[in-house]
Amino acid sequence: MAGVTYKTRQLRRRYIERAFATIAVVGAAFWLIANLIKSPTQFFEVTFTGLSNGILYALIALGYTLVYGIIELINFAHGDLFMLGGLFSAHFITLWFGQSVPSAVGWGVLALCLIAVMVFCATINVAIERFAYRRLRRAPKLAPLITAVGMSFILQFVGLRWNGSGQKIWPSLLPTGNLSIFGVRLPYTTIISFAITIPVLLVLTYIVTRTKQGKAMRATAQDQDASRLMGINVDRTISFTFGLGGALAGAAGLLFEQTRGLTSYNLGFQLGLIAFTAAVMGGIGNLQGAVLGAIIIGVIQGLNDGLPIGLGQQWSNTVVFSILILLMVFKPTGLLGKPTTEKV
Amino acid sequence: MSIITRKKGASKKKAPASQRTWSIGFLTLAVAVYIFYTYIVPHTPDGFQNQIQTWFPPSALNEALVWVIAALGLNIVVGYAGLLDLGFVAFWAIGGYTAGWFMSGFFYQINLHFGSESAKSFPGIHLSFWIVLLLGALICAFFGILIGAPTLRLKSDYLAIVTLGFGEIIPQVFVNGENIHGFNLSNGTKGISPVDNIGLFGKRLGPFDLNYKYMIFVFMAGLMVFISLRLRSGRLGRAWLAIREDELAASMMGVPLMKTKLSAYAVGAISGGLAGVAYATHVNGIFAERFQFSISIILLAMVVLGGMGNVWGVMVGALLIAWVNSTGLPALGNEINSTFNTNINFPSYTFLIFGGLLILMMLFRREGILPESRLKMVLHENDDDVENEAPHRNISEEEAL
Repeated sequence: MAGVTYKTRQLRRRYIERAFATIAVVGAAFWLIANLIKSPTQFFEVTFTGLSNGILYALIALGYTLVYGIIELINFAHGDLFMLGGLFSAHFITLWFGQSVPSAVGWGVLALCLIAVMVFCATINVAIERFAYRRLRRAPKLAPLITAVGMSFILQFVGLRWNGSGQKIWPSLLPTGNLSIFGVRLPYTTIISFAITIPVLLVLTYIVTRTKQGKAMRATAQDQDASRLMGINVDRTISFTFGLGGALAGAAGLLFEQTRGLTSYNLGFQLGLIAFTAAVMGGIGNLQGAVLGAIIIGVIQGLNDGLPIGLGQQWSNTVVFSILILLMVFKPTGLLGKPTTEKV
Repeated sequence: MSIITRKKGASKKKAPASQRTWSIGFLTLAVAVYIFYTYIVPHTPDGFQNQIQTWFPPSALNEALVWVIAALGLNIVVGYAGLLDLGFVAFWAIGGYTAGWFMSGFFYQINLHFGSESAKSFPGIHLSFWIVLLLGALICAFFGILIGAPTLRLKSDYLAIVTLGFGEIIPQVFVNGENIHGFNLSNGTKGISPVDNIGLFGKRLGPFDLNYKYMIFVFMAGLMVFISLRLRSGRLGRAWLAIREDELAASMMGVPLMKTKLSAYAVGAISGGLAGVAYATHVNGIFAERFQFSISIILLAMVVLGGMGNVWGVMVGALLIAWVNSTGLPALGNEINSTFNTNINFPSYTFLIFGGLLILMMLFRREGILPESRLKMVLHENDDDVENEAPHRNISEEEAL
């Protein structure tokens, strides 16, 4: 008897959830169509901007999802690592190499900077893991989480010292101007950021799915003790994962700095949160999910900020976090995540 | 291994102090501080008075008490129930705006006076401070349940993120609330100022009646301590501890998870609301831009530093950090700068101090300054395993050779 009522309650709840989800999707579709009819060119431009933001978020979100996938820790410091990456690139390109206009040398410096910033951020992330999180691996979950919050504060402090308390504007090495397709203007910077991000993502996919180290990562994520028995060096694998995540954050930092031309010490917190939302949206621990979630979030944010019928930029965070909360309520596993049962 | 530690803990445990013991102690300390500031300090030489003004000004003391009220609430959520809440600033903001709405001339369209000491000719809603406290608590409890209900079935770290999201959304609503379809909800970044004075037995407490406000805030802090301790020893408190230590086991033993977690959320939110109202009267206004993520983190640092789950520890942590934040660090910085002829801007190091504090506490003293014995056991449950692991690995390496 009790089982039946439980089952009906589950069913009813599923119906209610489905109804709500349908209403939300239909509402969103109406909003999009209304905007598309009102100003089609703007719609496509804004969507493209959203896509390019999304792919930037994807780089950061992958760092979250990699780390969460392997040690189930929300690395709060990751967003700030991205911020430091941006700062490093700005100093590397503008101050140390003195490049401020697009040129052939500039491209070389850009490529050099991409490598340098990836190494820089990977080193920081590995060091953080080595000195703080590793000691807390067996502690209750609250302990590493609070440590991560503390790390985020320390990285913000470094950013504050390095950059100053305000925003700083930097010159960009990327060519300005737009590519025009059917009257829709697509900025070159956005196209270039696609050109940088997509190979990076492909390399990541290759590492995780095809190499031995990637196999070790996946094994460690599934069961640390079992993979240790299989001869995998768990500590090194986790370090490698942190390094990989840090490198991606560094690349994202460079891209952000070059496309937007600004740095600020508290940037990492905001973008980190959004990227984390994206990772959760795709199903945390799932790499494809993180990219998908990031692109969806980026497009939604772009549409909200730029469309004529929309809430506007000042509500940007509210929109993103409302989506996160709705998603958590209706589909806690994310779009591509698999439901897990708790192990005792 | 764990059995041995548990036995050790049990033998150390003292009989819990009765309500009377702590209330007498708390009252004595509060009265002593009151007498010190009201009767002793004015009769001391000027040099000493100046020292007190730079190091321990009464307004900083009042502000610290507001932090204590909020931290005690967060302690119920994080320390008792073990739910990490990173958006506590939302409740503080809602409490503050409750004071802004019901204790000022903000809604000038309405003219409603009830129990307030402000002049009847002022337009706006003017309710008595005590009614507003109650209202703030109720509204925050409502929001606590509203936020908690859909999210509490999430796992711990997801919950932290969702609370963080709320902690970002609600202040943004207040910042942008100047024009919501033509309705002015919060006056945007300009904020609502001034807030009515507190009426106490026919007396109006202006901005400089710090000693009376001190009494009110101490009373509120005492109330929160009382609530925390009573709840902790009751059925609900034991259910919270059970959830904190093992959610799955607790639910198997018949603890209703949702109800218990929601009540932790609601009680925590109530204290956030009280703190918000108190803070609004303390700074005599409410300003949207003050409600930042750092407030949530500072509150968390207070709870963690003092000792999660221990009311006295949290109180010490809150007083200490609030003092460092408001006067301690600048005063110390000035002292050092003038002594060593340096020019270091000490308040700019707050990020480093708080971050470092959180990390060092987690690494070396997870249980806080004044630990709670049960939590200390839980937090160090697996420490032995780590120590045992090293020899195992050596043996296996030797065998491999």
